[in-house]
Amino acid sequence: MTTSRPMIEVKALRKSFGTLTVLKDINFNVEAGGVVALLGPSGSGKSTLLRSINLLVVPDGGSIRVGQTTFAFGPSHKTPRSRELAAFRSRTGMVFQNFNLFPHMSVLQNVMEAPVYVRKLPRNEAQDLAMAQLEKVGLADRAYQVPQTLSGGQKQRVAIARALAMEPDVMLFDEATSALDPELVSEVLLTIQQLAADGMTMVIVTHEIPFARDVADRVVFMRDGVVVEEGPARQTIDDPHMEATRSFLSHFHKGRMPR
Amino acid sequence: MYEWDFSILFGYRWLFLQGLGITIAFTAAIVVGGIAIGLLAAICLLSRFAVLRAVSLGFIEVFRCTPILVQLIWFYYALPILVGIEMTPVTASLLALSCYGGSFYAEIIRGGIVSIDPGQQEAGAALGMTPALVMRRIILPQALRRMGPALMNQSILQFKNTSLVSVLAVPDLVYQGQMVAHDSFRPLETYTAIAVAYFVILFPLTVFVRRRERKLRVSA
Repeated sequence: MTTSRPMIEVKALRKSFGTLTVLKDINFNVEAGGVVALLGPSGSGKSTLLRSINLLVVPDGGSIRVGQTTFAFGPSHKTPRSRELAAFRSRTGMVFQNFNLFPHMSVLQNVMEAPVYVRKLPRNEAQDLAMAQLEKVGLADRAYQVPQTLSGGQKQRVAIARALAMEPDVMLFDEATSALDPELVSEVLLTIQQLAADGMTMVIVTHEIPFARDVADRVVFMRDGVVVEEGPARQTIDDPHMEATRSFLSHFHKGRMPR
Repeated sequence: MYEWDFSILFGYRWLFLQGLGITIAFTAAIVVGGIAIGLLAAICLLSRFAVLRAVSLGFIEVFRCTPILVQLIWFYYALPILVGIEMTPVTASLLALSCYGGSFYAEIIRGGIVSIDPGQQEAGAALGMTPALVMRRIILPQALRRMGPALMNQSILQFKNTSLVSVLAVPDLVYQGQMVAHDSFRPLETYTAIAVAYFVILFPLTVFVRRRERKLRVSA
């Protein structure tokens, strides 16, 4: 028996889109403060799995627990109501490949929006909180600009600040650097690394193998909707046991993450 | 050769102004009413409940595919008999024109909403916002800005459509014009003056819309 329960527990998760089965019986846990990298070729189901964790994708079967909240899926379970979903998602932060900042608001308003309208914090309190998060990602001086004036890397750091302003239990990253120009990738990776150092529980879908090796404690390799291999990050990336993992990793350099 | 004499119209200036006031007030009311109905219909069209979608679509098609003149008369003469409530010409006109406009606004608004990147909805949902809150705070503000010119165009049509309420004896600009024409035996001058009045009000608006459209295209 361990003394503490994992922060995220995914059990027997299944998902199909029409006749296409994307997730087949997925099981994995993330310890509190742990960082798990989901790796695998495109179409392997890793993004769908990540989106299932905050129920942007509603699974067909299995169960998901994050913190104290458990959702079970399948014919015998009713689909969660939108209010329950919203309350649950307010405890999980998500960062998207395409940033998805709100273009009709300033940077500060982007970060304040959910604290004001979801957590119902007083405006001045929400503003202090938002400024603190922008400070953390190094963009406090951009608070009054609109997102369109920022570089891709800055936009993604604002998106991270926006998610952090909800003070979530876990953070989910969906290919957060895939839409960025190469020279902008490292500023975002460093921000994520800082979060890991602060003890945030995170699940990261990424193609940055050196980054996963450095920052994640564990990696989960997926292919065709199943977990092929799972283990401690360094050991698994440096010495994978499964042929599928080995052939996937052979496409990447295994050097250290760029600084 | 016909001898134009616009000076006789001056004696009727208060009648014209009264009529113009009614026309403008009517337009304001049916633009607001129409957009409210259109917004509701658009949101129903995008609902996940099939019944709401069907009702909304039925409403839109009925009002889009029948003439507004027939609707006006129908609302005034037929509806009171069917539901047993008396209706003043003003109420009937407001209802008919708002529903007619609403059916067109609905399509514009629906198009505006679906044109917004689905990532915006996802981002809002991921922050813990309910679908209604996402719609109000994230989607609609962006969609309405994008739809501005189309909504303005439809409102310009609404302004002209108010001229039809004269058939129910609502004393708008056209109705007052009819009175003046009868009284003065000068229909040519009267209707020319009315046409000029509509044009003078609407032309600057169309110029404004065109400019907005160009600006949106640049910023998009």
